[in-house]
Amino acid sequence: MSDFFRFTILGIFLLFSTSVLLTTSVQAQESPYIVAYDHYLEEPGNLEIEYFSTFGSQRQANNFHSFWMEFEYGATAWWTTEVYLDGQTTFKESTLFTGFRWENRFRPLRHEHFINPILYVEYENISGADKIMKEVEGHDVEADYAVPNSELSKERKHELEFKLILSSTVKGWNFTENTVASKNLTGGVPWEFGYALGASHPLALKASAKRCNLCRENFIAGVEMYGGLGDRYSFGLHDTSQYLAPVIAWNLPSDWTLRLSAGFGLNDNSHGLLLRWGISREITGFGSMVSRIFGGHK
Amino acid sequence: MKACVAALSVMIMFLGVSLAFGTQEKEPRYKYQKDGLVYAEIAKAPEKARAKRNPMDKDPDALAAGANLFEQHCSGCHGDMGEGGRKGPSLLAPKVQNAEPGAIFWILTNGVVRRGMPVWSKLPEPQRWQLVRYIKSLGGAPAKPENPTAPTP
Repeated sequence: MSDFFRFTILGIFLLFSTSVLLTTSVQAQESPYIVAYDHYLEEPGNLEIEYFSTFGSQRQANNFHSFWMEFEYGATAWWTTEVYLDGQTTFKESTLFTGFRWENRFRPLRHEHFINPILYVEYENISGADKIMKEVEGHDVEADYAVPNSELSKERKHELEFKLILSSTVKGWNFTENTVASKNLTGGVPWEFGYALGASHPLALKASAKRCNLCRENFIAGVEMYGGLGDRYSFGLHDTSQYLAPVIAWNLPSDWTLRLSAGFGLNDNSHGLLLRWGISREITGFGSMVSRIFGGHK
Repeated sequence: MKACVAALSVMIMFLGVSLAFGTQEKEPRYKYQKDGLVYAEIAKAPEKARAKRNPMDKDPDALAAGANLFEQHCSGCHGDMGEGGRKGPSLLAPKVQNAEPGAIFWILTNGVVRRGMPVWSKLPEPQRWQLVRYIKSLGGAPAKPENPTAPTP
């Protein structure tokens, strides 16, 4: 069995077994975005475990499959913290664990407004072989990923990333705009910039009287667009990669959410296809469970 | 190897955050004070929001749909029948049951973020109104006292 399948099966097994062990769960109403963020944070005390996978086409080198596990915890109603574990398989080359990320999102305002800001801070400790492409920034282009894993994995990145997320929900439509600024703390790499835009809408606004898997309100469809904006010294769209991706989420009453996205490169610097999918489960009361294990509140 | 150790450290830190916030569940005395603060938020709903009528009042399916939504999104904190839980106050309290539907809708939309209730505007408006219809229907059950005498610590 190839490393690719082993990692995929291991990820799904971890997700499934953790979800089964932590029996209390709640149906999520997750957005379909994979790259963009809206202004909704994780409910306090809940843990969402997610597995995501990206197949990327690569010209002049081997295609790749990158994947990540995501543990998203609602510390409070205004603070969500997440840990990512990343890996990738480049076909006919190797499979690598490429590093981790620690992400935090903060909601500064108490009430809903027409535009809702969220502040995002992330620390990344990843190798140059990381290919999850959770954000595209600076002058990231397809050719960067054509280098063999053995070379890419020698590079280590300690990166701080900031985002301003501006999101709005009107008549069932969500519109979101993310501005990305990142700084590699190793070496003299300048500040790099990027963006992600998203729009989505549930297929039905009213809930059905009966619980059902295939009801239209369980599906949220949308589109996201993301790409680099250059760096401090050469800001703009030149020598950047840009993507447009239809997205869909299926929120199952059995507490699972499935997401699917097909991203298409919009210029010659972009990968032709980024096919992504993800599966997640939200576990309510994770904080209380941990507390009980350590002899806290009974 | 270094990356694995670092990743493990972050995971432990993550668990620490969970623990730190998980153990912050308050004693009952504080909980009633906290519930009172949450109820007080209802009074902050603007007049325009209070004046809104529930467009789902005449919808024959709204109650059943609202019950499903409540079970999926609310019962974890507020209890299966809205009686209140460790994290969320009782929805059977007079301050909730006597509130205008528009005020409850406003609370659902805006949350009480500083008191632990998230915003629910990610549910489309018709679903929030279905929830309001169901929450108001819970008033048929005998309401718990809002501020019972706190037990002596």
